[in-house]
Amino acid sequence: MSDELSRTPLYDLHVELGARMVPFAGWEMPVQYSGIIEEHLAVRNKAGLFDVSHMGEARVRGKDAAAFLDAVMTNEFSSLQPNRARYTIMCYPDGGCVDDLIIYRMSQDEFLICLNASNAAKDIAWMKSQVGNWDVQIIDECSQWAQLALQGPFAEKILSSLTNLKLDTLKRFAFIMGEVAGAPNCIVARTGYTGSPGFEIYVPAAQGSAVARAILAKGKPDGLLPIGLGARDSLRLEAGYPLYGHELSEKISPIQAGLSWTVKFSKPQFIGRDSLLRQTEMGVSSTVVMFSLNDRRIARPGATVFSGDQAVGEILSGTLSPVLNKPIGTALVASGINPETLTVDIRGTRLPLQITQNPFFK
Amino acid sequence: MSNVPSNLHYTKDHEWVKVEADGTVTVGITDYAQAALGDVTFIDLPKVGKQLESADVFGTVESVKAASDLYSPVSGEVIAINSSLNNTPDLVNREPYEKAWMIKIKLKSAAELDKLLDSSSYQSLL
Repeated sequence: MSDELSRTPLYDLHVELGARMVPFAGWEMPVQYSGIIEEHLAVRNKAGLFDVSHMGEARVRGKDAAAFLDAVMTNEFSSLQPNRARYTIMCYPDGGCVDDLIIYRMSQDEFLICLNASNAAKDIAWMKSQVGNWDVQIIDECSQWAQLALQGPFAEKILSSLTNLKLDTLKRFAFIMGEVAGAPNCIVARTGYTGSPGFEIYVPAAQGSAVARAILAKGKPDGLLPIGLGARDSLRLEAGYPLYGHELSEKISPIQAGLSWTVKFSKPQFIGRDSLLRQTEMGVSSTVVMFSLNDRRIARPGATVFSGDQAVGEILSGTLSPVLNKPIGTALVASGINPETLTVDIRGTRLPLQITQNPFFK
Repeated sequence: MSNVPSNLHYTKDHEWVKVEADGTVTVGITDYAQAALGDVTFIDLPKVGKQLESADVFGTVESVKAASDLYSPVSGEVIAINSSLNNTPDLVNREPYEKAWMIKIKLKSAAELDKLLDSSSYQSLL
């Protein structure tokens, strides 16, 4: 693997906007512009624009495309209507996760898959290794797309002033194709990773920067801000969304992560089915929990979780929730432990975890 | 561009040191440090009376992104801490050189001040 960091089509724009750039999953990405808390609150109360062009894309095309996806993914794609998208996990035979994905049905025989940046090459190789006798082609389109996320209560107002696409009737997890800010062949989906309403927009790479500039200019009077990866993480944690490498991994299955709803055991066969079914029936050794802390200190990934004097788990993600104004996070904790006994060790201080079942922002 | 006032001393760990009229020193973190940390959410400070050696960890400053140790620029006794940072840690982002001072130290040896950086030497590190 090369040490050289990749740059998205919006790199020059980030630098112009004064972003602090950091290495992330092999990319040079903006971690913040004006400040993580200010950016977070802009998305919750107004609108924010994210460059998520580091995310990968792959097209699956062929007569067997839907059947192939049903065999490789935990969720079901033969039943997905064209112009609709669905969230899924892609598992190994042992139930560990290759990645979590959103898959868009472009037509009867064609799907577009959104891949996590850190997993894109691995995912494409894995899918290609599963093709066998299926009549299907896996096409790497990672370098062909810029991806923008426009999120927040004013997102629809801002985007509708830049496109003739009919957004008001676009349902959640539906998408349409057309021109946005003068750029043809964009995909506009009512999806997101923040918990706030909004859109994800796939723009042909060469037009990515121009479309982003148009959205920033149009949204400015409404308080739209550019948003970095720092607020992207605090927004998704408040909304209870998993991040691969934290709440999901080769070691943490969708059953452990609380994502059983993405696993369709009604399908007779798919990779990981036997293991995931066994986990569902027999139980799992550890599960992912969400928590807040009544403190100012943030529990960071890797910090040890205790029940009494016994180490029973570790922190997977942690940040400050700007909406609650207190630390929140997730932890992997051994099954069967009374949640009221759980504490986390932060630099020698034990703080009680306030376990919650529901996302902090909905 | 970071603000580096010329009347202060500095360390390579991005702390500033102000020598007061009575010979005690006031310590905080620099504008560069607060910008690098991002939104500060928590500051852990020592108790008054604590004896510090130069380069000892005297506390922690925590931002949304990370927790970082604070290193004492000099040796001596902690004679005051800025308790207003408990409730308003974001003062560090807004006024790193004034209201967000962290501790005051009674120096063991004034000679240690000579080892600190002046503003132009510190500026050249940034």
